[in-house]
Amino acid sequence: MLRITDLHANAGDKPILKGLSLNVNGGEVHAIMGPNGSGKSTLAHVLAGRPGYTVTGGEVLYKSSPLFDLAPEVRAREGVFLAYQYPVELPGVSNLYFLRSALNAIRRHRGEDDMDAIDFLAVAKEKAKLVEMDEALVKRNVNEGFSGGEKKRNEIFQMAVLDPSLAILDETDSGLDIDALRDVAAGVNKLRSEDRAMIIVTHYQRLLEYIVPDFVHVLIDGKIALSGGKELALELESKGYEWLEKEPAQAR
Amino acid sequence: MAETTTPTAMSASNRLLADLTSAEYAAGFVTDIDSDAIPAGLSEDIVRIISAKKDEPAWLLEFRLKAFRHWQTMPAPQWARVHYPAIDFQSIVYYSAPKRKLDGPKSLADVDPKLLETYEKLGVPLHERAALAGVAVDAVFDSVSVATTFRDKLHEVGVIFGSFSEAVREHPELVKKYLGSVVPYSDNFYAALNSAVFSDGSFCYIPKGVKCPMELSTYFRINAKNTGQFERTLIIADDDSAVSYLEGCTAPMRDENQLHAAVVELVAHENARIKYSTVQNWYPGDKDGKGGIYNFVTKRGACRGNKSKISWTQVETGSAITWKYPSCILQGDDSVGEFYSVALANNYQQADTGTKMIHIGKNTRSTIVSKGISAGHGQNTYRGLVKIGKNAEGARNYSQCDSLLLGSNCGAHTFPYIDVQNPSAQMEHEATTSKISDDQIFYFQSRGLSAEDAVSMIVNGFCKEVIKELPMEFAVEAQKLLGLSLEGSVG
Repeated sequence: MLRITDLHANAGDKPILKGLSLNVNGGEVHAIMGPNGSGKSTLAHVLAGRPGYTVTGGEVLYKSSPLFDLAPEVRAREGVFLAYQYPVELPGVSNLYFLRSALNAIRRHRGEDDMDAIDFLAVAKEKAKLVEMDEALVKRNVNEGFSGGEKKRNEIFQMAVLDPSLAILDETDSGLDIDALRDVAAGVNKLRSEDRAMIIVTHYQRLLEYIVPDFVHVLIDGKIALSGGKELALELESKGYEWLEKEPAQAR
Repeated sequence: MAETTTPTAMSASNRLLADLTSAEYAAGFVTDIDSDAIPAGLSEDIVRIISAKKDEPAWLLEFRLKAFRHWQTMPAPQWARVHYPAIDFQSIVYYSAPKRKLDGPKSLADVDPKLLETYEKLGVPLHERAALAGVAVDAVFDSVSVATTFRDKLHEVGVIFGSFSEAVREHPELVKKYLGSVVPYSDNFYAALNSAVFSDGSFCYIPKGVKCPMELSTYFRINAKNTGQFERTLIIADDDSAVSYLEGCTAPMRDENQLHAAVVELVAHENARIKYSTVQNWYPGDKDGKGGIYNFVTKRGACRGNKSKISWTQVETGSAITWKYPSCILQGDDSVGEFYSVALANNYQQADTGTKMIHIGKNTRSTIVSKGISAGHGQNTYRGLVKIGKNAEGARNYSQCDSLLLGSNCGAHTFPYIDVQNPSAQMEHEATTSKISDDQIFYFQSRGLSAEDAVSMIVNGFCKEVIKELPMEFAVEAQKLLGLSLEGSVG
């Protein structure tokens, strides 16, 4: 699904990713952990194609083709989805209209016909139920006046509707209280499938109690310093990141 | 087709800014037609010539001359937040009319095919068979009305709709009674100029108790070079009547600025309703600010009767400079005034627009919803006055002024004036300013939508409250126009 080889990237002028390599196969859930400033969010944004980040070296193959040849919207149509840490508000733009336009952009890209408003409403209702999103929120403007938790839930709802092949969740747990975290995680778990890969970027282990990853990677100073199974997250929880920062060579 | 993002990725908005030139003004063509024009310049003689050409009665010539003499004493207004070199009023041609083969009453059969073609091209077919069902059109070309559709059908219910000149000939008593009764010739500089030299326009009278069975509409087209358009529209809705009126306008692309100074007067009698909608798409000038129409217009409605209602809806996307304040004088008790506006200023366009709501009668209500969009180097100003008179017991006003900025070289300015002389008044005012951010645009992109889709969805969302006030056919047109006018202008 995704093969990242020796990726170097800057945020602005500042080098952040310094030779990151990662392999993600369909059906796998990978957690990327690491201290602040290690490059977790940069990785998420570079993959989605956000302006302000520059790729300075390395290669990323997505479905065996170079990802960076694609404009951000084309990446999305090809099935790359970024769930934001801070979803923006789109005043005046209704959630339903926004999502139907997005879904139809993806369908057109695949050579499929547009979905009409009535069929779409049925899909939206079904997916809202799946991720336990309040129907009132579905009909409101995108994130306008939503609480932090509602915004995160809306991201997962969008993911459910757009049905991506590769979902990147950027700090989805930040700013959520424990109940909201559990609900959002439950939504994500329902969306795990054999043909969907997920990359979960998080600072804390607690999200991984609910979304249990297949692999955990620790990002230190722009590189993967350590990879392991789900138990690695627990180790990090008790030991912190400091020991890895001090002795990356030994840890590896 | 996949675009390549180079390692030195330009932000989405910068890429779009680079495409700024892609938006085309579709109505910019010139019709090659013989015109009957008078020499440039303005004097009493010119005023007399215009009046004579139209074979006008003495009282109307007198009205024009009084206006002209008054205009000569007035300085051009300087208070608006717009900048332009002083206009040389002696270099303007004040009357230009396409030559007609036949004189006398015109029917569609007598209209020059080139004119019909022009309107066809603009999407306003004048053949009744092809015309939009349910919309009667009066087509004004430079200084004269060239055709009016569905006249017979309207005549059956007693609605008078046609060119202003015709109304002067056929219904002089109505014109004499109402002309200048809402906007006196001395009202302001451009109203005085218009009163002196106006050449044609539309006239509409809805008799007592009649709900006009179709939308009435005037399509204004400036074609000739160096020519100003000075039209006059007068709409009278008698007791218990109702009418919805639409106005559209375009002009060819020319390097020099052209002046359009119109006057619109509306009169609503007891329990009458007038809905006046404008989609203004005069040539805005090129991307460097060269050329374009100066749109200096006085529009005012008088709610004379109790329970009368006047509603203005405007979508202003064109003109180099827009200076207009469609207003309501709420004389009748329980009368209602509304103003819904979207004004867009892209490239070097300047818009100074708003409304005046003058509450005189008791329990009068007014609503103002103004949406200003600024892009490129555009400057957008909302200027409004809500005045509650001494006797306007129980008056209410709600005002909302929102500004949307695209890019960092444009400006939005708001000047709301409130003058309350009766303590029972209830006033509400809300205002917001927002900007389309790169983050918002990227949010759309990361969901598979293009940056262009992003801008058009945000702008349409921003304008929704106003667009929904437009009649159906116009709403679609207005949305398309907003999209076109903003093509590639994100920042």
